[in-house]
Amino acid sequence: MLTIIRERLRQGHRTGKYPKVEPIMPERFRGLPQLAQNLTPQSCADAVASCPFTALSSNGGKLQLDLGRCLFCADCPAAADHAALAFSNDYRLATSRREDMFLDDNVYHVAGMLNKSMRKLFGRSLKLRQVSAGGCNACEADLNVLSTLVFDLARFGIQFVASPRHADGIMVTGPVTENMKSALLDTYAAIPEPKLVIASGACAIAGGPYCNSPEAHQGIGDLLPVDLYIPGCPPHPYTALDGLLRMLGRIE
Amino acid sequence: MNNAKPLRFRNGFVVPLVELPHLDYAEFSESLLAEVAADARIASYFGRPLADGLEIYAILAHDWNGELSLLRTQVNGSFPSLTPLCPQLHLFERELAEQYGVRPDKHPWLKPVRFHKTWIDAADIWGRPHGKHPVPGDMEFYRVDGEEVHEVAVGPVHAGVIEPGHFRFQCHGEEVMHLEISLGYQHRGIEQMLIGGPHPSTIYLLETSAGDTTVGHATAYSQLLESLAGCESPLRAQAIRALALELERLANHVGDIGALAGDVGFLPTASFCGRLRGDYLNLTAELCGSRFGRGLVRPGGVGFDLDGTLPQTFVERLKILKRETRGAIDLCFDAPSVLARFEGTGLVRTDDAEALGMVGVAARGCGLVRDARLHHPFGIWEGGFDTPIIELDGDVFARGNVRRREINASLELINQLLRGLPQGPISQPLGPLAADSLALSLCEGWRGEVVHAAITDAVGRIDRYKIVDPSFHNWSGLSMAMRGQQISDFPLCNKSFNLSYCGFDL
Ligand code: SF4
Repeated sequence: MLTIIRERLRQGHRTGKYPKVEPIMPERFRGLPQLAQNLTPQSCADAVASCPFTALSSNGGKLQLDLGRCLFCADCPAAADHAALAFSNDYRLATSRREDMFLDDNVYHVAGMLNKSMRKLFGRSLKLRQVSAGGCNACEADLNVLSTLVFDLARFGIQFVASPRHADGIMVTGPVTENMKSALLDTYAAIPEPKLVIASGACAIAGGPYCNSPEAHQGIGDLLPVDLYIPGCPPHPYTALDGLLRMLGRIE
Repeated sequence: MNNAKPLRFRNGFVVPLVELPHLDYAEFSESLLAEVAADARIASYFGRPLADGLEIYAILAHDWNGELSLLRTQVNGSFPSLTPLCPQLHLFERELAEQYGVRPDKHPWLKPVRFHKTWIDAADIWGRPHGKHPVPGDMEFYRVDGEEVHEVAVGPVHAGVIEPGHFRFQCHGEEVMHLEISLGYQHRGIEQMLIGGPHPSTIYLLETSAGDTTVGHATAYSQLLESLAGCESPLRAQAIRALALELERLANHVGDIGALAGDVGFLPTASFCGRLRGDYLNLTAELCGSRFGRGLVRPGGVGFDLDGTLPQTFVERLKILKRETRGAIDLCFDAPSVLARFEGTGLVRTDDAEALGMVGVAARGCGLVRDARLHHPFGIWEGGFDTPIIELDGDVFARGNVRRREINASLELINQLLRGLPQGPISQPLGPLAADSLALSLCEGWRGEVVHAAITDAVGRIDRYKIVDPSFHNWSGLSMAMRGQQISDFPLCNKSFNLSYCGFDL
């Protein structure tokens, strides 16, 4: 017992001060991209063609980036070869609407809060059932991290629960493989109304690296009504936490 | 039979297909069984469809010679299953049946593996409707009948934030007589998407074949491509890869020990380790911006250098982490209440582990000396690793203790790498890939050996890419570990293996 207490003292108090104190992101972390504003039509077209995941498109000659499809690649050719974009350190990426994820004029609309009645229901206590529907387990790993003492999700009243019957919403990761589709829909159906749907990670939003797989759907967009999108491959835990708290109106 | 002696190679080999003898199936089987009876185990086993049948390639590992050998044959329709004589082939043969509609005759456990349509235009051997996607988990499960015998079915959706899979327990009271595991829910069709590559998206598919083993899989792939291109990545890049691989091992092992402690209700270690795991991931993020090592390992080298103040930061942070990790972990391994739950639980006998071809932590926990860093070193590992961690008991404790000791060893390895970081470039361009060749690459990921094999076509594009995640060998080990156990010990046993669903399902 004494050793446990001694070790406890040595390990110290580790829960972050977020959201009061901003987290320090690693210097090389790739967050919200900044798009170059005056690209020639040629370099715009080249940049669009260079993305293996069709995250880039040209909107009337202007470069547009779909953050839902973007994997924040370290060797993004649009960034490296065409100087069309550069990653900032900004981890605040979650949005409420799919269309908010299209970035062109560098104004990004992060998630807003739920309406008043939903906030009244879930604002101080939100139980989520997580379903992993394909994907690579990195999203799950970094969601699990939210329950560790560093992030301590429970202090915001948010918790992952085992049974969909106890849940207020579903948090989906993965592109939805054909083999997981019915289990996902069953789980969703088992959650009592009203319920929230959160798409976490590039896969759940638009298929991620598997967007061309014949074995997977392109995320949950066509299957469930999504309330919160959390981009990233996988999303940084702070990106997820920021999104959840914004949705609940706990930060603005 | 002299001509059936397989060709022997070392990790990272490339062999032109013309040099590989075509054995008839009888010769192939005889040779394979003889090698396995002598000293070999199956590292990989896969098919490649041809116009007039199915080619089968067997890759055997001769660990103590540091060699790998290769056999190939061709079959058509059906062929005698080798599983009854060589159980470690059981999943590989089922895979062939599912992918190419061939039938390994007298296979004792012929069921689908991942529940997808056949990869070529062939009839499904289970007679599932043509053109329709099979239903996952739709197979006959092993069943025990009798008074007071009951069945427990769990999944695909489990209680925690984890991947999906289906488990069927045959129980007598609390006691599990048999556990059958049916996976495939995470099947994304990765191997199929790699055909015709390397595509710009290829490296991302490999990095995500098992997301917690990003560095392991990306390293195996990069080594493979470098071999095919006939070049070597710069030494500095190899050192950075090696370092990242050990960081990956540290993060996962520390996390696993925390999870084991959590499962027996020993919360101090569980919560300390949860935090520490994140700190190791953060170190990887300092290096490449991603906590999972995304973007770090690339064919030809690495994408990020360990330069500027980074090496110093690493040394300092690791010094603190080492103390804290030791403290957190020793706490639980010194607690009699924890040991009482770990010891003797989830036993796998060495013989069974060997018969099943288990690898990695789970194999080393059963006394099997299997570590690719020792047996099949590549590049900078050559001579750089000589002490694999072995435990003899085959129980939860053994698997946990392998991790605990490997954590210490990895910390030491990283220190060595940091002290002797070679100077020079971190990547070099890759030339065209050798045509009509087969290449193989092994890498000891944190769970165990990751084996990648590729066959190129006449213009040097990928014609067949085969991934073997360590989980593929080891899931059957978990079934064995559950025999005779209390069903309530399943979470603990499961954690002690901590296998990948997506790495199995691909
Ligand atoms: S980071 Fe990757 S996904 Fe995003 S635009 Fe660049 S290449 Fe495309």
